[in-house]
Parts: sequence; C-alpha cells; structure tokens
Amino acid sequence: MTRFLLRRLIYLIVLVLVSTSVAYVLAATQLNPRSRYEGRNPPPPAEVVDAALNAVNMNDKAPLTARFGRWAGGVIRGDLGLTIENQPVNDELGRRMWVSLRLMLIGSILGSLLGVAAGAYGAVKQYRFSDHLLTVFSFVTLSIPIVVLAVLFKNAGIGLNNLLGFTGDTKLLYTTGEMTPGLAVWSWEGLTNRLSHLILPSLVLTAVAVAFYGRYQRNAMLDVLGSDFLRTAQAKGLRRTQALIKHGLRTALIPMATFFAYEFALLFVGATFTEKIFGWHGMGEYFVDSVTKNDVNSVAGVTLFVAVLVLIAGFLSDVAYAALDPRVRVS
Amino acid sequence: MTEPETEAASRGRLVLRRLLRQRLATVGFITVLLLFIAAYLSPFVGAWQYNELDINAFLTAPAGNHWFGTTQNGFDMFALTMRGMQKSLIIGLLGALLSTTLAAVVGAFSGYFAGALNTILLTLIDLLLVLPSFLIIAILSPTFRGKTWLIFVLLLAAFQWMITARIVRGMTLSLKEREFVQAARFMGVPGWRIIFRHILPNMSSLLIIDATVNVSSLILAEVGLSFFGFGVQPPDVSLGTLIGNYAGAALTYPWEFYFPAGFLVVLVLAINLVGDGLRDAFDPNAGIQAG
Amino acid sequence: MSAGTAVPLLDVKNLSVTFTTDAGPVTAVRSLSYQVQPGEILGIVGESGSGKTVSSLAIMELLPQTARVSGSVRFQGEELVGRSDKELSTIRGRKISMIFQDPLSALTPVYTVGDQIEEAILVHADHGGPGGQGGGSISRKAAKERAIDLLALVGIPNPRQRATAFPHEFSGGMRQRAMIAMAIANNPDLIIADEPTTALDVTIQAQILDVLRTAKQATGAAIILITHDLGVIAGFADRVAVMYAGKLVEAANVDDLFSRARMPYTLGLLGSIPRLDVGARQPLTPIEGNPPSLVDLPAGCPFVPRCPMRIDTCTDREPELQPLMASGDDHASACHRSDEIERLDMKSADVFRAPDLPALSTLSTLSTGSTPNEVPREQRKILLEVRDLVKEYPLTRGAILRRRIGTVHAVDGISFDIREGETLGLVGESGCGKTTTIIEILNLTRPSSGTIVVLGKDTATMTGAERFAIRRDLQVVFQDPMASLDPRLPIGDILAEPMHAHGVSPADRADRVRDLLRLVGLQPEHANRYPQAFSGGQRQRIGIARALALQPKVLVLDEPVSALDVSIRAGVINLLEHLKTALGLSYLFVAHDLSVVRHIADRVAVMYLGRIVEIGDVNEVFDRPAHPYTQALLSAIPLPDPRKERQRRRIVLQGDLPSPANPPSGCRFRTRCQKFAHELDDAARQRCTDESPALEDRTGSRDRLDACHYATQHSVL
Repeated sequence: MTRFLLRRLIYLIVLVLVSTSVAYVLAATQLNPRSRYEGRNPPPPAEVVDAALNAVNMNDKAPLTARFGRWAGGVIRGDLGLTIENQPVNDELGRRMWVSLRLMLIGSILGSLLGVAAGAYGAVKQYRFSDHLLTVFSFVTLSIPIVVLAVLFKNAGIGLNNLLGFTGDTKLLYTTGEMTPGLAVWSWEGLTNRLSHLILPSLVLTAVAVAFYGRYQRNAMLDVLGSDFLRTAQAKGLRRTQALIKHGLRTALIPMATFFAYEFALLFVGATFTEKIFGWHGMGEYFVDSVTKNDVNSVAGVTLFVAVLVLIAGFLSDVAYAALDPRVRVS
Repeated sequence: MTEPETEAASRGRLVLRRLLRQRLATVGFITVLLLFIAAYLSPFVGAWQYNELDINAFLTAPAGNHWFGTTQNGFDMFALTMRGMQKSLIIGLLGALLSTTLAAVVGAFSGYFAGALNTILLTLIDLLLVLPSFLIIAILSPTFRGKTWLIFVLLLAAFQWMITARIVRGMTLSLKEREFVQAARFMGVPGWRIIFRHILPNMSSLLIIDATVNVSSLILAEVGLSFFGFGVQPPDVSLGTLIGNYAGAALTYPWEFYFPAGFLVVLVLAINLVGDGLRDAFDPNAGIQAG
Repeated sequence: MSAGTAVPLLDVKNLSVTFTTDAGPVTAVRSLSYQVQPGEILGIVGESGSGKTVSSLAIMELLPQTARVSGSVRFQGEELVGRSDKELSTIRGRKISMIFQDPLSALTPVYTVGDQIEEAILVHADHGGPGGQGGGSISRKAAKERAIDLLALVGIPNPRQRATAFPHEFSGGMRQRAMIAMAIANNPDLIIADEPTTALDVTIQAQILDVLRTAKQATGAAIILITHDLGVIAGFADRVAVMYAGKLVEAANVDDLFSRARMPYTLGLLGSIPRLDVGARQPLTPIEGNPPSLVDLPAGCPFVPRCPMRIDTCTDREPELQPLMASGDDHASACHRSDEIERLDMKSADVFRAPDLPALSTLSTLSTGSTPNEVPREQRKILLEVRDLVKEYPLTRGAILRRRIGTVHAVDGISFDIREGETLGLVGESGCGKTTTIIEILNLTRPSSGTIVVLGKDTATMTGAERFAIRRDLQVVFQDPMASLDPRLPIGDILAEPMHAHGVSPADRADRVRDLLRLVGLQPEHANRYPQAFSGGQRQRIGIARALALQPKVLVLDEPVSALDVSIRAGVINLLEHLKTALGLSYLFVAHDLSVVRHIADRVAVMYLGRIVEIGDVNEVFDRPAHPYTQALLSAIPLPDPRKERQRRRIVLQGDLPSPANPPSGCRFRTRCQKFAHELDDAARQRCTDESPALEDRTGSRDRLDACHYATQHSVL
C-alpha cells in the first residue's frame, strides 16, 4: 500500500511539474511584459528596457528555451525568480500564501465536517423538515456565484454592524482586510481583531463547502440506504439509526474521499473571490494583479502554488480512500 | 416504520415530493425559457439599447423608462442586464454542448479502444485536471481580448469535459462487457459503429443531465472570469462583467449590482432545477423489491 | 420451548404487503397464512416475483419504508406486526435471524468478518445474553472468542486468523458460512434463509446445505428455507409451501408435494424441470405465458392465463387455500379443480403438453439443407476443433504504472471438437475456464497457444476478411436476456443488425425478421417493440432469433437458460432442441446446470480449473462418471425427488476452488479430491502430486476420455 501511494505521489509530482511548465510557457508567450515600458513619455531607450527585462528573465527577444531554462533551473533550486518589480517571487508567495491558506483551511475543514454531518443527518431524516432545509440550502448556495455570495455576506455584516450600533472604528465584524493596522499581532486585541476580520470570509467559504459536501454526502448515504448490508445489520438486531450510522455512514464516507480533491480546487477559486471582496492581500489578488501586470514569473509561481495544493489534496484523497476502504488496501 | 400512521405519512410525503420535484423542474424549465425570451426580445421592448447613453440620467434609481435604473455613465441597467443574460446564456449553452460532446467522444473511445490511445487520453485528462483552468484561461485572456468571444467559449469548454469523460469512460468499460455489445462485436460490427449505435445511446441520460449541469457551471465560470476582466471583454457585456463592475456599488447603488446578480442566480437556479428534475426522471429509484 | 406444540413457533395470518410505486400500488404478498412448528424446516418455493422474499422480510419488518404491511405475524404467541423498531431489534438476530442470498453485498465491506459476528453478539448482550446461555452481559473479549468458535463451527479453517479478514477477502462460500455463523450467534429459535445457495456453485451449495444442517443441530432452530430450486427443497425441507403471484397456492409435506401435487402450477413446475437422473430424453412440459403483473391483478385465479385446466369459475373467483377433501393430512391447495386432480391422480404430463413449433417449410427465408442425423459421428464433418488451447491473463497491479505480478492460467491446454449436427455441453463451476474458452473461440484470433479451427479455417492464419466471413457461421446466444439486447433499439433493428453488418439487402432483412420472429414463437408484429416490452423468456427467444439471422452452422450457447425462471426455462430448451433438428445446427452449450446439459447435449466435457477432466457421451459420463470431480459434481446436484434425496450418499468436496493464478502441481483436483483424501495410499498420492494426468481413455468405453490416474466408474445418481 505504501508503495502504491509512493508511486501515486511520484505521478502527481510529474503532473505538477508538467502543468507548471505548461503554465510558464503559456504565460511567457501570451503575456507581454514589454508593454509595461510602452507608452511612457519620454519612451525609455530600448537598451534600458531590454536590460530591465533581462534582469527579471522576461525579455521576449531572448529565445523561449533560454528563458524557460533559466526559470526551470531556478525552480529546481527553489528559486521562483523575480517579479516584474524586481522582487523575489518567493518572498511575495511566502507572505501571501498563509493569508489564503488560512481561509481555505478553515473553509475546507469546517465545511467538510459540517457538510458530512449535515448530509448524513439529512439522509437519516429523509424527507423530514431538516432534510428539506439542507437540500434547499445546498441547492441555492451552489447556484449562487461565490462573488455574489461574498458581496451578500459583506453587506449583511455591514448591516449587522449598523444594526447593533458598531458604527465607529471598532466593529463587531470587519469587512475589509485581515486586521486593523497598528495593532500588535500577538496581543489579545490583535487576536480578537483578527478573528472578527476572519469570521465573514470564512463563513462564505464554509457555506460553500457545507453545501457541496452536504449534497454529496446525502446522496452517498441514500445510495447505501437500500443496501443489503444495512438490512443485515438490522437483521442482527441493530436499530435502524444505529445501523445507519455505524454501517451506512461509515461506508458512505468512502466516495467522499474522492470529492475532497475536486472540492479543494473549487475552494481556491472561491478564496480568490472572497479575498477580493473582503480586501485581503492573498494569492488570489496576487495572481489577478500579476496577469494584469504581465508578470510572467509571478503567474508561474502562483500556478505552481495551486498545482501543489491540488497535488496535496489529490494525495490526501488517495490516502483517505485507502484508509476508509479496506478493498483498495491490498497488500 | 415505527407505527402505521407515520408510515402512511412518510409515504404521502414521498408522493408529494415526487410531484413537487417534477413541478419544480417544470417551473425551472419555464423560467429558463422565459429568461431566454426576455433576453432576446428586450432590445425590441425596452426603451433603451445596452450601448445607448441617457445623458439626462446618471445613476438614477429604477424609475420611468429606466426600469432597472441607470449607471454612472447613463447606461440603462435593464438593457445591460438583458444583454448580459444573452451572452451568459449563449456561452452556457454552446459551451455545454461542446464539452459534453467532447466528453462523450473522448470517454467512449478511450474506454472502448484500450491500449495506447487510452493511456494518452487518460494522461491528458489528468494533466488538464491538475492545470488550474481559472489560471490558464486568465493567462490566455490577453490573447483573445479584442477577438471573438467564441474563443472564450472554446476555452471554457476545453476545461470542463474531463470529469465527465472519465465517467463516460467508466461506463463504456462496463457497457463494453455487456452482452449486447459483445453480441454486436461477434457479429462483425465495427468498433466506431458500436460506440455510436450502442454505447453512447445507452448513456444518453447521463449525457443529457451532464449537459444541463454544464450550462450552469459554465455560466458560473464565466461570471468568475469576467469578474476579474479575464472573460467577456468590453464593449461586450455579460452578467459576469456587470457583477464585476458593480460589486463595489452594492451598498450605495444597489440596483447596479442586485439586478444582474439576481437574474444570474434565478437563471442558474432554474437550470439546476431542470437538471435535478431530469436526474429524478431518468433514475426514479422506485423501491420495489421482487421476491 | 415453553410454548410446546400447542402454540406454533411462527403463525402468519393474512399477511399482505403493498408497495407504493409510480405505476400504482403493487401487492407483492396477498393474505398469506402459514405456520412453522418449533424445529421444523419449512421450504417456500416460488419463482421471481412470487412474493417469497418479500413475505419473509415482512416477518422481520425489514422492508423499505414504501411498504405497507397488514395482517398478523405471531412469533411465540407475540404479535410482531406494528411493533416499534426498538422492540423488534431485541427480537431480530436473537430470536429470529436471517441469512440472505448474496453474501457479498450482505456483509458490510469496511468491517472485518470477526467484528461483524462480534457485533451480532454484543448488540444483544444487554437483552439477557445469547439465548440459552443465561442472562448477564458479555464482555468484548468473550464475544470475540465466541465469534471465533462460531467460525470454526461453520467450517472456516484457521478461524482465529480468518476472523480478522474483510468480506472481500473471503470466497462466496466462505462469506455464506460467515453469514450463517452470524445468524446462529445468539441461538435463535427461527432462522429464515432466503435463497442461501442461489449465488453459489453446486459443490459449494452442497457444503452450505451441510453447514445449515449443522447449524440447525447446534441451535435446534426452525428454518424457513426460501428457494426457487425444487431439488434443494426436496432434500432439505419437512414441509413445502408453493407461492405464486403473492399467494400460497399449495402446501404439503415434502413427499406429498412431489408425488401428489394438486395444483396445476405445482404440477407445471415439476414437469418443466429437466431431471439429472432420467437418461432418455424426457419431454419437458413448459408452462406457457408469464407470471402476471402484480399492479392490477384481475379478480380470478392469477394462474388462469397459463392454466390448461381453467374453467369459467377460475376467472370469476380466486380459489382459497383449502385442505384437500380426500387427504386427511395437512395437504392444502388453492385450485377449484383440486379434488378432480386428486380423484384422477393427474400428473404433469396429464395437465400440460409440449407446444407445437412452426414447421420450417413455412419459413422460406430460413430453410437450409438436409440434417445429417443418421450418419455415425466419425463420418460427420468437424465444424469446430480446439486443440491444446491455452489462455493466460497477466495478473497486474497498480492503476497507472501496471506491473505483472503473476499469471492466471484460465484455460490450460484443452482439446475438443464438435461435429455436424451435434451438441457438446461444456460444464464446470465458476472459475473453471468455460467462459474464457468460448470468448477465445468467438474472438477468432490467434490464441496464446494451441489452435482453434472453425469450419476448416485456423484462426491463427485467418485474414480479416475471412474472419468477418466466418462470423456468419459462428453465432452466439448469451446468458442474460436483459443484457444481451440493446434496450435502446426496437427488436426489428436488433434482429436486422447482423444482416446489416453482413450486407443483406433491406427488403430481405425485413422478410427475414418476420420469419425469425415466427420461428422462435413470437409475432411478426412485435418487430417494432422495444426489449423492455418482453419477458425474460421472450427476450431469450429474441436473442436466439438474432443468432440465427445469418443462418449460422454453429451456435455457441452461453448459459442460455440459467437466468430464466423454471417455468420459462423448459420452453426455451424445447425451442433450442427443435431448432437444432430443424435447421441442422451444432451447439456448443456452456452451462453449470448439469440437468439441462443432460437433457440437451449429445456429448459433455467437464472442466475443472482450466482443464477438461472428463469428456464423452453424455449418458456414459452421467451414468458412470469416472473422474472423482465429475462424481462429486453430479453427487452435489439435488434431485427434485425427496425419496431419492434421502437415500443418496453425497460426496461433499472440501474447501474452495484454488486460485487459477497458483494452481496445484500435478493433478489440479487433488487438493479437493475425495479419492486422494480417503482412498489412496501415500505412494499413489505422490503420483497425483507429481504427474499431471493426461486426458485419455482409461475405462475402455466407447467415446470417453478422463484425466485421473485412478479413474474408476462409479454411479452417483
């Protein structure tokens, strides 16, 4: 089994390398960093522009193979190159990724736990009020684009603040940024302030994840509801609810493992929008800005980050699958 | 099944639910149809065209012949929303058709003809799944800027088909072992003909449901990309560009945001209802056990 | 039991079960009444849809929520219908336990077998402990030990170690043993076994029936055995109840039912099963038509449309199940004419008769040449010849980077031939390689090793065009009539497809489709209906018609009747026999049901683990089998005759089929061979271990080869 997972990991790493390379090549050929210096008045001399572009390895006059070689060489050494503003991509990524990861981890962990619980509950209470409530919630949430959902949450937050009289600088729920500037990070105020900044954006992502998992978990539960082994469990003397939870839920968790990988990719896009709406300086903002700025190395860096995330999620899916299903755990 | 009364009640609820489900699907279908008609008829009905400026009305709330109000530049919100919906609908429908067709063909061929073709297609699918579609389309967006939006649809579809193709492949693998396919093979019917005559028709329900679900996913994907300016490019508008442009105005000039957003949500919801109804209709899950 | 004999253990009265479906309410069980006495074995027989499974699930209240149950089920004097889930859960598994048909899906895949048996013990620990063992709760550790004891009791080797295995690591027979262990864990008073052996091979079936007998001895429980197999019932049950269309139509003690059936349906069932122990071709009397739909049952007797004895009263009024006037015992039957049948002592053949099939001369598009029936075998042309055929599969592991970890020897050097106008039955249990063999033949490609010659052409040297042309003469009928017809095409198109592929003109196609439908006993007007509109038996007829569309010479029949209900089966068998003589066909008939093979085949080849162990004239082989495996196989098949069953000494094979990836050395059967185990001395055994016995003539009989060093003829029927 370990060998299977190891081989799987190697395959995934190869895929990540290939996909990042594809992204680099696409970015290097499609984006035009030279445009940054065009239209300036007075126009800078061509040599100066070339020198500036060469410095960050984005000169379109250099052959693509050479640029790719230099970039790939750096990546192997753990250096993602320089941004178009001559800053190390590593630093920028290092700072921003935790901002995004914080949101995504909260969203995915909270969302998957709550979603699985809600879906299982819905299936057990099939066609009762609570089941209908979950179905409607999932259905509507998954029909709303995350941008719109984030705007709705933000406005609701502002409305709540106003309603409860938090009209000054101190708010109950903050809707911009990740922390009020000037507070000591590790002080009590700093932490609570961070927390009240975190609540709304996390809620957005959690809601989406709950809707997603809740829907699939419910369906997976309903699939096993008519199964023979549930009947056996009841024939043994387990009560219906006991059988549903001990035998039904446990088995219905297996397909969830595969959804984990898909859902994580979905969550990254979700986090991008959420950051944008709530004014967080995370990976999403970085990526959008770097495409607009024709910043090839940054674009490639973000793609690598996302690909690695998908890889980790995919690998965790495989591990979870093997842990949940003894049938794939062949020695 | 504790006591007869609740049993009867839950059965009644089941029947009611099935009815309701079907009715919800009907409601969804009619809503999509009405929105479609509205989107394409509005240029002839509304007082303003989407690219027409009313220099007497900047940022006015819904009133008079500006049913949905106006924007900062004096564009009519109703005309913009309807125009945006046209684009979203056509992108969704066209993209779904493309991606489901691609998924069906790739999945069926890779499942039916094992060997090198299968390996290549599977690796391609894996690779496309790891490539973040959002990022790739964003990177390519400067290229199709100023060109036809059809390229954008092609790109959206190109990143939408992989999971379905895998499902189709899986079903093909099992259908291939089914005896009616084997019978055709042992009669001497060629492989491509078996695929189009026996295999794909036997998963038509999956493909129809998938196409429906894809319409709404693609509309949502368009919104996401256009929100950041990576999708539909001005002067063209879509619901995504409208939502992107006016998300900041949601509190101050709510009509700018909530009309396009509202129409979008209703549209997607309606399409999803149709998809769900179709799923139910194709798989009624009738719980009879023969003894 | 405290109740004694006065109160029956189980008393079912007017039990009805109705399902709400989209098509309307379906009454699957209609006022069913029967009793089970303590320690008694009641067999319930019926075809699919007769309500036999639903009624037994209703006793346990294990039906889906869409079911409405009415009537009364009294167990040890206590009413069960309408009790809460909580109350019932103290009875389920403790007083009444159940064994299901499919032991794979009936066990939870994610828990070990030991854990699942343990759970059955622990869940009742606070209900006064396992019945009969006194009160008090039981510790986890004690439960684990008891689970291991139970596994040992049902015959699982190394129970301590095997208890930690997951269900998918068990073979089908082992899983069913584990299910039985679970069922007897709390010494129940009643065990309901729902088709416990249907999913299993015959030799494993014999093992499981043995285990059930052991379980009964250990617990003293009464058993309700639900099955469609009259043979199993004959050898196992004390009393038999026959169900049809949700109702009990006849009930009697087992001897009476088989010798003096008094309801036409029962008579029909008994007349339609081919008998393993009848040598000369006995005529089968099929029951025409199909069981009724339960959605809108007409007022009268549900068997009316299929009953040759129907009178007007039958359509007006449904007969009640009543004790027969002439017999003073507990023989009851639901037929208006039972007393008449009783008086005349009518048998199956008196009530039913074989139907006429259309003469071939009326079907101009299908007539062929003469039928060479009278020519001796040696002089007839060889149509299909298989020599030393080997098929090996690589055993691979890994999803992406596949690597080979072994070889499955699915078929390992088999040889046989089929001559003009002849039927060869290829028999064996699952995993013996018979399906691989026919797929290899049908593929018409070069085999891994050995040769396949079809109509004089070697598949190894065939060109693409020749291969395509040969497909005309070599056609196939598959097992599952549901899966073998494309549900998306009308049957006219299905029948025309082979003709289209081989360039028959559209006008000829239409004509021949009509004739084909008439040939197999269907109406030409049926051509534009879809497969769903037909019953299983009719679909199998369509499958046969499609195979005949190109007027082939050889037909490969892959278990053509095993998916059909008993009453339908006889009709299809009769049709196949008729077609064979009328069209001069040759059959390669693959089956696991030896009774059917005896009925239809001229010669038979018995396969075990990729090899043919015995081949020869069907009567020779069945009456005087020489190979121990053939003997065991024949011995394992229950006969629908209670008296014979009681007298038979059964050879029960040990263990499971070894893995074809790792077959035993020498003789492949030696690990399970009764002769090897009990009759041979060490020196003789050594030869079995070292030397693989060749397939040769050891008995000196005409047309008979076997592959056993120590073959001796020995009748087992």
